[in-house]
Amino acid sequence: MNLLYDEQLDGELPAVDREALIDDLKQALPELEVLHKREDLQPYECDGLSAYRTLPMLVVLPETLEQVQTLMKICNQRKVPVVARGAGTGLSGGALPLEKGVLLVMARFNRILEVNPEGRFARVQPGVRNLAISEAAAPHKLYYAPDPSSQIACSIGGNVAENAGGVHCLKYGLTVHNVMKVEIITVEGERMTLGADSLDAPGFDLLALFMGSEGMLGIVVEVTVKLLPAPQVAKVLMASFDDVGKAGQAVGDIISAGIIPGGLEMMDNLAIRAAEDFIHAGYPVDAEAILLCELDGVEADVHAECDRVKAVLEKSGATEISLAKDDEERKRFWAGRKNAFPAVGRISPDYYCMDGTIPRRELPGVLQGIADLSKEYGLRVANVFHAGDGNMHPLILFDANQEGELERAEALGGKILELCVAVGGSITGEHGVGREKINQMCSQFNDDELETFHAVKAAFDPDRLLNPGKNIPTLHRCAEFGAMHIHNGELPFPELERF
Amino acid sequence: MSATQEKPQRPGERAVTATEQALVEQVRAALASQTPLKIQGGNTKAFMGRPIEGQLLDTREHRGLVSYDPTELVVTVRTGTPLVELLAALDEQGQTLPCEPPVFDGQATVGGMLGSGLAGPRRPWVGSIRDFVLGTKVITGQGRLLRFGGEVMKNVAGYDLSRLMAGSFGLLGVVTEVSMKVLPKPVASAHLDLQIPAEKALQKLAEWGQQPLPITGACYSDNSLKLRLEGGEGSVSSAADRMGGERLDASFWTQLNERQLPFFADERPLWRLSLPTNTPLVDLPGTSLLDWGGCQRWLKSDAPAEEIQKLATSLGGHASCQTPGVTATPLQPLPPLLARYHQQLKAQLDPKGIFNSGRTYPGL
Repeated sequence: MNLLYDEQLDGELPAVDREALIDDLKQALPELEVLHKREDLQPYECDGLSAYRTLPMLVVLPETLEQVQTLMKICNQRKVPVVARGAGTGLSGGALPLEKGVLLVMARFNRILEVNPEGRFARVQPGVRNLAISEAAAPHKLYYAPDPSSQIACSIGGNVAENAGGVHCLKYGLTVHNVMKVEIITVEGERMTLGADSLDAPGFDLLALFMGSEGMLGIVVEVTVKLLPAPQVAKVLMASFDDVGKAGQAVGDIISAGIIPGGLEMMDNLAIRAAEDFIHAGYPVDAEAILLCELDGVEADVHAECDRVKAVLEKSGATEISLAKDDEERKRFWAGRKNAFPAVGRISPDYYCMDGTIPRRELPGVLQGIADLSKEYGLRVANVFHAGDGNMHPLILFDANQEGELERAEALGGKILELCVAVGGSITGEHGVGREKINQMCSQFNDDELETFHAVKAAFDPDRLLNPGKNIPTLHRCAEFGAMHIHNGELPFPELERF
Repeated sequence: MSATQEKPQRPGERAVTATEQALVEQVRAALASQTPLKIQGGNTKAFMGRPIEGQLLDTREHRGLVSYDPTELVVTVRTGTPLVELLAALDEQGQTLPCEPPVFDGQATVGGMLGSGLAGPRRPWVGSIRDFVLGTKVITGQGRLLRFGGEVMKNVAGYDLSRLMAGSFGLLGVVTEVSMKVLPKPVASAHLDLQIPAEKALQKLAEWGQQPLPITGACYSDNSLKLRLEGGEGSVSSAADRMGGERLDASFWTQLNERQLPFFADERPLWRLSLPTNTPLVDLPGTSLLDWGGCQRWLKSDAPAEEIQKLATSLGGHASCQTPGVTATPLQPLPPLLARYHQQLKAQLDPKGIFNSGRTYPGL
């Protein structure tokens, strides 16, 4: 099923008089930069999920809050859909434009408004890059904890929209745990504050609801994030295993020992070899799996924990354990992991990154299931895994120039996500649903649950103008998706509910 | 098998229990007759929000742990379960709910913890109740039993209705189960009592807050700063050496959390001021006690509600009265636009208005 917006399946979009809208905008907002020529629109036709492209009707690049408010008022009055976009690094097509919609680019809201070391917070505009916050806080020995691998490029507004994670989530939490307050513009163009400068706000926790809501409930225009004191010291242990199951078991053993590592990552052999070839991180290319375990905090504690983790890993059957001898080696160990995606990109013309989460105990079975599916579809899969929090990133290797391979990769990806749901997991841990996983939402939720999501949407955006078609599928789409599965006669988990 | 399970069970989905079914039936009957419900566990949080009338929906028959796997750091528990029971089960495995919800004579339930969002002294350093919520099972305003979130650490599929339930005072549905993240208990702890003036204490806390110190409790009362340190042996002992002061009995934190300190016995109404980090020492109209490193200030005062709430607003925070019958709006009123979105959300999720309506604000 095509993932581009399909009015038959995703709901009719209002007809928009493009020229009249441009006139309106020019009149009301003469300073606002509006792109409407084909060649100007083209750079915005996709986000990080570049296999899917749609030329937006218009692109607007506001610079002030007032411009965003007026724009929203005009679009609301004329019933024009609005898709917000930050840095455009999202991997699930959350910022995929609409032919009948305005693409609202927030990139020019790129100022850090305040870094307050005593209050341990930073107030920033949504277009500020994730890493730029930690850099601005660094002189105060503070940092912003969530660190998605794209942190040099991704913006905090996008992080809020996707509830972004990273490699340190188990200990330091997701975006939802590290944002105190957001300023939003409602679909009606009004300004509203969610959350507070204090540790709680009266009323419903709408701040939590907005995290990961993919720009469908309001436009984020300012974010106040928590800053944490930088850990005094960080050490990384690398353990090799001759079996992925043993590596998975070792993760459970570390946590059973009462240790919460700052980061705990796992890679399988294909990913190890690709990363080593690219980064020369010093990974053991013969190992079936490696674990990277980072322990951070106060020096005395970290030393003690390193010893305990070493003992656990030895007992769990690690064939080799090495402690990064200095900060340089530690960074090299991490560089291999953080560059695993581009590394895999070097050994295959294209790759498709999945984002399922599972209870960790299910890891051996799920890895076996992925291996079986990989054989069945004739495509290689490299596994990179935020092992500590059960977030898998299987990378499906394919060649889009080979007839039918993209479709096979997508079908294989869909099956992997359904496998995650079947063992009690989720189709997305941190990349979001966007358009990419819109069909798999039908596997994870039933019609009543989806209707409840639509009810939440209706409370904030009754006319479906904010990023329509993302995140929550229509019941119609799910019915079609289910029917398609049965027609093909290849239902791998017949017990899964689809309608 | 049961009437709620109209849809085939999904993999990993557990059967509806008889007690859960009874709650669903009561909600459906209430929906049919448009009878407002008053959702209640141990009724230990009656001092928060507003009193309401309604048919009692008592969750306490629906109790017990559904699943607990210490190596996954996740527990799923029925909402009628007494908190003490949950905490004891975690304690057996050396784990805990770090947000430290009070147990109030052992009567508080898991559902009440979730609905009130009431966390303990560790809140500023480890997170709130909602920060530990991973998933919920909810009876909705259509009388359906649905699942949101899950039992995994990371899950961004769909809107986060589970965390929304925390602190919603039951206005958006009846939560029957909640899955929460749990953590190992700290290896070491130290409890200190520093006889320093309040201003100096706040200044110290601002300074320490910028350093990687294992502080998990900071309360100023009776002219001294009480500190709790928790973490590894090394960090706790070195921080304790550095901070100095006298040794404090660990039971202080329980007394603070359970509101058993003499401060709380004062007859005047109890107010809670929630203020930004690093708010300076201000004159409050009454007797006060500082918790959460100064972010949560308790006030015993006869001053009018408007005055106290206005003061809290001027400091960038908000105030709530936790003595029943003092004011009609014990929770600080919301700005009009935000109030309208609250109404709209409530109308969407509870169209018949049967769930704890009026519990937080009149007309909501």
